Amino acid sequence: MKFFPELIPPQCFISPNDMKVFLILDVSFGFLMARFRQSLVAAVGVTFGVAMFIALVSFMSGLNNLLDGLILNRTPHIRFYNDIKPSENQPVNLSSNFRNHENFISSIRPKDQGKEIYNSKAIIQSLKADPRVIDVAPKAMTQVFFNTGIIEISGVVNGVEMLAEEKLFKFSDYVIEGDIEGLVNSSNSIFLGKGLADKLLVGVGEVIQITSPNGQISSLKVAGIFQFGLAEIDNATSYSSLATVQKLLGKPASYITDIQIKLTDIISAPSVAKELSKVFGVDAIDIQTANSQFETGSKVRTIISYAVGITLLIVAGFGIYNILNMLIYEKMDSIAILKATGFSGNDVQWIFIFLSIIIGVSGGLAGLAFGFGLTAIIDNIPFETASLPTIKTYPIDYKIIYYVIGIVFALVTTFFAGWFPSRKASKIDPVTIIRGK
Amino acid sequence: MEKNDTIVLETKGITKSFFDPVENKVLQDVTFQIEKGSFCSIIGKSGCGKSTLLYILSTMDTDFEGELFLDGQSLRGLSNLQLANVRNEKIGFVFQFHYLLEEFTVLKNVILPGIKLGKKNKEALEHEAMDLLKIMGVDDQALKRPNQLSGGQKQRIAIARALINKPLIIMGDEPTGNLDKHNSEIVFGIFKELANEKNQTLLIVTHDEDFAKRTDRIIEMEDGRIIMPKNV
Repeated sequence: MKFFPELIPPQCFISPNDMKVFLILDVSFGFLMARFRQSLVAAVGVTFGVAMFIALVSFMSGLNNLLDGLILNRTPHIRFYNDIKPSENQPVNLSSNFRNHENFISSIRPKDQGKEIYNSKAIIQSLKADPRVIDVAPKAMTQVFFNTGIIEISGVVNGVEMLAEEKLFKFSDYVIEGDIEGLVNSSNSIFLGKGLADKLLVGVGEVIQITSPNGQISSLKVAGIFQFGLAEIDNATSYSSLATVQKLLGKPASYITDIQIKLTDIISAPSVAKELSKVFGVDAIDIQTANSQFETGSKVRTIISYAVGITLLIVAGFGIYNILNMLIYEKMDSIAILKATGFSGNDVQWIFIFLSIIIGVSGGLAGLAFGFGLTAIIDNIPFETASLPTIKTYPIDYKIIYYVIGIVFALVTTFFAGWFPSRKASKIDPVTIIRGK
Repeated sequence: MEKNDTIVLETKGITKSFFDPVENKVLQDVTFQIEKGSFCSIIGKSGCGKSTLLYILSTMDTDFEGELFLDGQSLRGLSNLQLANVRNEKIGFVFQFHYLLEEFTVLKNVILPGIKLGKKNKEALEHEAMDLLKIMGVDDQALKRPNQLSGGQKQRIAIARALINKPLIIMGDEPTGNLDKHNSEIVFGIFKELANEKNQTLLIVTHDEDFAKRTDRIIEMEDGRIIMPKNV
């Protein structure tokens, strides 16, 4: 006489016996084929969700990179300058009588210390030796008037070392006419913003007159026209060589108002800025502080695109949930007989989870392919705008991680979409079904 | 084949009550034994508790008082998984409705419990299934889908499925209830043949007295009690 305990092996979640896993898969597949159309619709739902998620996130991320690049690529990670500050030591603070009082009288106005960074040569040299710094670009900036007829347009001339500027900020990407070689090789030449050149009615090769703050009038030859895509910059800014600006102002070759640097690690900019500001005794502003609004914008756009993408996948999950619920209702008899002939609740649950996973995997994989196709199509749609001269098509950020997130999330959603109905199926009492007939 | 008096199934004082809306005893102190190879039927009027008893015996209903032994082993306290394995290996079912899976061929329906048991490979099971279908006279339908068959053929396939794991006992709940006279005869003939020639134990619930009279032994129930035979 046999006894049961030795016949019944302790079983885990899925029986270790491969054949039984195949059996469960086999039954799942049978149910799937019985409702092939609805299963296909559910899988298409997942495909749509994954594809849209990938397209959306890739496109949004591409757009974010483009918009961030618009500002951030042109912004130094740290800029050193001399700020106009009120005197820190007001006379009232020096009086011992009022030491413990809250002092608000500021009788001494800010002094004009000039915008020049003192000892700039030494600072540049020490920055260039710093391993954290990629490169240094000095700049001498001044307000000028551009003369056209009797009207004077106020604007700015940036005196730059064009090679350093090109290396750090890719200036040539924004040049729409002329060649940056023009600034490197010849003095007394100038690059005008597109809007400014339009107002002055000049083109490349023509000569303009500008008035510097000390009243000196100079003639400069237009060597090129640039367009950053931000009207306030393009309408009032020009670039010239460092030496030209120094000459305009009648200052020596050491006159520099800004030192711009890029770091190997952009994240460290705030702390490095603080440290170097102390060391050199000049003001320093880091990119994060200067452009905090851009980061916020990018973050919000990213959150929105993920939220929409994940919502699509969850909706697809509900589709699967519905279809499985319907299927379970339809297959009550089959579930009852499977249980009566020895399938356990766990087996039945796995049948429906596999069913859901089959839908999820096939739909998800198709979604990856469609998502890639969709992004490729978007990537080829012409997108020409006056403000972005170098962009010809919609930007797409191709990253494998979006595809990984898409498929993982699709699988997780379909698993849960299958798990809840499958629990219901596993709890079906065969007696109720069979006696109900 | 010689009859063997080993007891396959034994109940001791099985009592079951429903509490909706008031306590109502559907089974009271049901005690009997079934020997190996016997062809036994349970009869009684509708509502006498015979189906309820069958589902308790089949291990699908575990909510009862009393003791149930199958193959000498008490089924009290076994987990649902263990009970599922007991059903898979030791019990074959034939219901009033055939419950074949429409998604699979006849052959696949028959071997499904065998694959679940996992003791034989698919080829061996298919071979045995074909033999069983031949006994049932439906071997030519093996590769068809159940919905292409007649009610009588389906019920014979359901019997083949019940037999695939060579169960200790076959339990039937009105297995001829949905069949016409001719098909009922065929099914009864198959049961009889199984009992006589293969020494297969059968326990069939029915309200068809003609069917019951021709079995080896009748257990008659009324109001949740066994009224005949009086002392088992």
